[in-house]
Amino acid sequence: MKAPVKLKTVKALEQAVEAQKKLRQADKKPVLTVSAGTCGQARGALKVVEALQTALKKAKLDKKVKIRVTGCHGFCEAEPNVLVHPHDLFYQKVDPANADTIVLETLKKNRTIKALLYKDPVTGKTAPREKAIPFYKKQRRVVLGDNALIDPTQIDDYLAIGGYGALAKVLGKMTPEAVIAEVKTAGLRGRGGAGFPTGVKWEMARSQKGTPKYIICNADEGDPGAYMDRSLLEGNPHRVLEGMLIGGFAIGACEGIIFVRDEYPLAVKHVSLAVEELRKRGLLGSDILGTGFSFDIRIVKGAGAFVCGEETALIASIEGLVGEPRQRPPFPAEKGLNGKPTVINNVETWGNVPLILGKGGAWYAKIGTEKSKGTKIFSLVGKINNTGLVEVPMGTTLREIIFDIGGGIPGGRKFKAVQTGGPSGGCLPTSKLDLPIDYESLTAASAIMGSGGMIVMDDKTCMVDIAKYFLNFLRDESCGKCVSCREGTQRMYEIVTRISEGKGKVGDIELLEELAAAVKDASMCNLGITAANPILSTLRYFKREYEAHIKEKRCPAGVCKSLIRFTVLPDKCTGCLACKRACPNDCIHGTLREVHNIDQEKCIKCGACYEACRFEAVEAQRDEAIVILEGVK
Amino acid sequence: MIALKLNGLEVQTEKGWTLLDTARFFGLEIPTLCHMDGLTPWGGCRLCVVEIGEGPRAKLVSSCTYPVEEGLVVHTDTKRVIAARRMMIELMLSTAPMSKEIQDLASRFGVTRQRFPPRNEECVYCGRCIRMCDEQMDARAIGFQYRGYKKKIGTPFDIRSEECRLCGACMYVCPACAARCGGPNADTDICNACLQVEPTCLEKYGELTCWMYDAGRCGTCVQEKKS
Ligand SMILES: Cc1cc2nc3c(=O)[nH]c(=O)nc-3n(C[C@H](O)[C@H](O)[C@H](O)COP(=O)(O)O)c2cc1C
Ligand code: SF4
Ligand code: SF4
Ligand code: SF4
Ligand code: SF4
Ligand code: SF4
Ligand code: FES
Ligand code: FES
Repeated sequence: MKAPVKLKTVKALEQAVEAQKKLRQADKKPVLTVSAGTCGQARGALKVVEALQTALKKAKLDKKVKIRVTGCHGFCEAEPNVLVHPHDLFYQKVDPANADTIVLETLKKNRTIKALLYKDPVTGKTAPREKAIPFYKKQRRVVLGDNALIDPTQIDDYLAIGGYGALAKVLGKMTPEAVIAEVKTAGLRGRGGAGFPTGVKWEMARSQKGTPKYIICNADEGDPGAYMDRSLLEGNPHRVLEGMLIGGFAIGACEGIIFVRDEYPLAVKHVSLAVEELRKRGLLGSDILGTGFSFDIRIVKGAGAFVCGEETALIASIEGLVGEPRQRPPFPAEKGLNGKPTVINNVETWGNVPLILGKGGAWYAKIGTEKSKGTKIFSLVGKINNTGLVEVPMGTTLREIIFDIGGGIPGGRKFKAVQTGGPSGGCLPTSKLDLPIDYESLTAASAIMGSGGMIVMDDKTCMVDIAKYFLNFLRDESCGKCVSCREGTQRMYEIVTRISEGKGKVGDIELLEELAAAVKDASMCNLGITAANPILSTLRYFKREYEAHIKEKRCPAGVCKSLIRFTVLPDKCTGCLACKRACPNDCIHGTLREVHNIDQEKCIKCGACYEACRFEAVEAQRDEAIVILEGVK
Repeated sequence: MIALKLNGLEVQTEKGWTLLDTARFFGLEIPTLCHMDGLTPWGGCRLCVVEIGEGPRAKLVSSCTYPVEEGLVVHTDTKRVIAARRMMIELMLSTAPMSKEIQDLASRFGVTRQRFPPRNEECVYCGRCIRMCDEQMDARAIGFQYRGYKKKIGTPFDIRSEECRLCGACMYVCPACAARCGGPNADTDICNACLQVEPTCLEKYGELTCWMYDAGRCGTCVQEKKS
């Protein structure tokens, strides 16, 4: 390989982009694209790559076919997947053993391998093309879509899809004020949670007198179950870096910092490589492209505390102080890192910037709702058929996301609730399924957008148990400074715990409501301010379930262990053995096609049999014995 | 000079002041616990909350940390403020029921119930000792450890600190170190030895309106608090 040329002018950058675009168009070689983000690699994507390489060599096609190892394509369920170009095929759950078949059948004989195609779990229909798969059909992947087109370790791949074209436009033709105006026209709002207008934030920082100025990319992503930032940083690091370069120019910053959690080694690796590459090409450093704009980027690894994702705590931890939020105002845009004006934005926010500057703010503003523009990436997890990263225009309804894209609830079970916004988000019931989601509508419904986590729950989920789960997370992750948040989350957790154990008292619901209001009102940062959401939203929509636990000592969903007993219903049991196999404690007796029986003495109430039975023959019953004992006391 | 509206009155205040500084300058009393003159404001106890803004955007902020802003509308004693303060007191009381300072606060704010199981700790995590040791004694011998409900005060590695000069300043400022007075209900979670009354205006107007401030202290309007 020859050493990369340092680009010295904006013109040179434009030419480099054009050259790479042409190269890619002219390249008529078939391409096998393997998704190998952290997710794909965990399912053996790299072994698939190796096997494909060997198979190509064997077939003497290794010079004639290209293998592109990309980041994640978002469809977790189908990982690892292989896209075959120009055949336009989508092969899912590929095993290294399939490599020879793919090469011999598809590449050599142009035949489709039916067994590797996506099959709809409900209708059983297969879909050969990515676009025909319901999971992708309703999405609008303007941010995440490029992941499938590039090898994240190759800057040329990014150039070939027009990457850094927006930067060339900005540096060549625009003033910083014009860039900010464009972002304002687009109506872009922060994707890290609060939805603050990005353009306004930039303007605030630009107008500050203090120098130097900094920008920060927040890649702390501490919400359990959220991974869109990881996927973008891993799969398309240059997209984020281009956004930061544009932002740095607009604000007048001299340095950018990427604060990324240490648990994301692949993201760290790809971003580090990308930054190195930018320095080599002269797109980072002093006097970039001869425009007088000097800017560099460094990477700081975070230790992974959830609260360190809060902007003031994040800045404190970059400064080497305790990761604890502080009073805002002053906002970071006025006094941030080292007391200097600092713009901090989320990974996805930065990822939207090149799109806006490339296609124009007016184009971007056409996507979404009146107050929330563009698309949002959600991580759709939980009791859902199609687990994965979903990018949709703002204003899409929950029903479209969960049922059309997500393919509904597995095992034919019923939808009960969806939890949006991470640990301090809220649980929304069936009646909110037709809610078009944006920042305002979610907040009004006692939930939040947060960073875009979406956990789907079926009718085997107990809402009291869910509230308990999230409160446990929050009491652990609170920095512990505010009495409201430290003691409040702990006390709410204690109350919910006693309710779930059948020890709830009349008056507990009112106490929870009163406490929740004070926690929300009195806390300093958004962790505390939103910490009551799990309680407030479940109380708002599922109060009856709390009452059942308190008054009838009953867990309607059959989850809270102290309140249930598992039994087999003789008339429903088919004797399939599934429960017996699932039981970790050997307490189920029965032989094939005979009614099974649970030994109550030995049962540890893990619920594995209840989950395993496909005939609804295992019942989670209210445990009479417990109720009677409580009554005696 | 910065102009803001404090409990309905236009007042002039200084750049760099906090809302607490301003309220105190005009003779309004706001309860504080983690705040202490001479130490940097920290904002942990949330007792000093006041309501800022109007309408649906109104919110509570800690006055000891919030800087004055031109045109800000501030109310120091609304119903929402008092409810939050009372809950903070109830929460701290359940953490450290033996603290005199907190028992006194409970009496002053009419906290007559204590609905959480007491933990009988000897600390309410106000951080006064840590800041005292660091900022005034220049010793930095103690600090917070862990976070959330596991937070505690300690020396590095939990061994006797070389830095500590045994000056005793940390104990001097600690609100949880002084034992409560042992008044009429010395064995209960809340002794309620002192003033146990509620001003009538709070019920009626949703805000303390006493023009002499020090609300309810004069006793002319108060009613016995129903516990
Ligand atoms: C407890 C807590 C955790 C947060 N974690 C993150 C995070 O992991 N990533 C993120 O981008 N923003 C996080 N935020 C939001 C940031 O404080 C900040 O608002 C955001 O990074 C600003 O970027 P944006 O305007 O692009 O959204 C968190 C906020 C709180 C209160
Ligand atoms: S609200 Fe919670 S996390 Fe935020 S500063 Fe207060 S104690 Fe820390
Ligand atoms: S899984 Fe269900 S149907 Fe099968 S043996 Fe167990 S109880 Fe019977
Ligand atoms: S609940 Fe768990 S331990 Fe009890 S019978 Fe079912 S599988 Fe076995
Ligand atoms: S006694 Fe020791 S720990 Fe306490 S303030 Fe003095 S130096 Fe600090
Ligand atoms: S020991 Fe005393 S001064 Fe120190 S944090 Fe605890 S209550 Fe506050
Ligand atoms: S496919 Fe990448 S995260 Fe699931
Ligand atoms: S005195 Fe202001 S928060 Fe403690």
